[in-house]
Amino acid sequence: MSTPQADPTAFLAGLYDPDPLALSRLRDSLVGAAAAADLIDVAYRTIDSPVGTLLLAATEQGLVRVAFDLEDHDLVLVGLADKISPRVLLAPKRLEDATRQLSEYFEGGRTTFSLPLDFRLTTGFRRAVLAHLPAIAYGHTESYSQVALAAGSPRAVRAVGTACATNPIPVVVPCHRVVRSDGSFGGYRGGPAAKSLLLELERTGAR
Amino acid sequence: MLRLPDVSKAPFETLVDQHGATVLRVCRAVVGFHEAQDAWSETFLAALRAYPELPDGANVEAWLVTIAHRKAIDITRARARAPVPVDEAPETRSTVGLPTVPDPIWTEVAALPSRQRQAVAYHYLAGLPYQQVADIIGGSVEAARRAAADGINSLRRNHPQSEQKADSR
Repeated sequence: MSTPQADPTAFLAGLYDPDPLALSRLRDSLVGAAAAADLIDVAYRTIDSPVGTLLLAATEQGLVRVAFDLEDHDLVLVGLADKISPRVLLAPKRLEDATRQLSEYFEGGRTTFSLPLDFRLTTGFRRAVLAHLPAIAYGHTESYSQVALAAGSPRAVRAVGTACATNPIPVVVPCHRVVRSDGSFGGYRGGPAAKSLLLELERTGAR
Repeated sequence: MLRLPDVSKAPFETLVDQHGATVLRVCRAVVGFHEAQDAWSETFLAALRAYPELPDGANVEAWLVTIAHRKAIDITRARARAPVPVDEAPETRSTVGLPTVPDPIWTEVAALPSRQRQAVAYHYLAGLPYQQVADIIGGSVEAARRAAADGINSLRRNHPQSEQKADSR
């Protein structure tokens, strides 16, 4: 804070009142008006989960991104603005279904997701890999080479690893069910602890 | 704040976060405390619509204030075209909590001539340099500077708190 006496406009202080209550009401009505005018290209919200705070983002087509804490949510949003559209708003309504299904999943009561997904952040072979992943049943795992075979390129084991590591919709698209042939977990976008927690959750939930 | 060299535009949410309060102040000063909400909403909705076309590296705050300026003119004109005579102000119900009670200085600002009000809002409340203020309100940079100074002087004269603080007599 600078010295108030030195400021010749100190008497204007009343004009600088930030009025957070008025602003939060205005924000809410802006989100409503923007949704009504189809101007929210990317809606997002965050949710608490056993694997930390998750960022959920959806286009009008469907869920486009799930991001872990350690990915840095601010950076993820900047990336979405860059790759999809800068019309990015905190607008939880579009994510109601995703939020509910994820919370059911984390409680052990849901074994498959039924959500529209938008795979625009991935292409080509990676996309083919991700398309196969929901076929790995809840509580089960496949090795990277099994997934490579299923995706039609048996020798592309390393590319399967990359596809899983760059999965834009983790948890919902279950790349955590892909593990090393020796049974060890392998890498994970949300960190090894998150992968182990999800596999453990599914082991107990499946019973 | 986050800055990456290879990223062109911030998520719109960041604009609302960083500039929402400033735009609200500007709207309150230019169209009046109570109509400021409409001006704010129309400004951000128009900005959201146009945002993808905003050139990279543009001064976002000046851009938002320019939009707010135009929306304020629209609102002021609409108000002048359709005056609604009422004996008493209609009772409106606040949707969330108590209505905000404006600081008395807003009344003083509302009483300023419009160019002074705009110059004060854009320079003192939005922090734009006089060159940008002149670009928005028209006229020369010197005229913008004078309008802001005149506005501030008359606020200083009229605002009771400034007289208490004045130690010149």
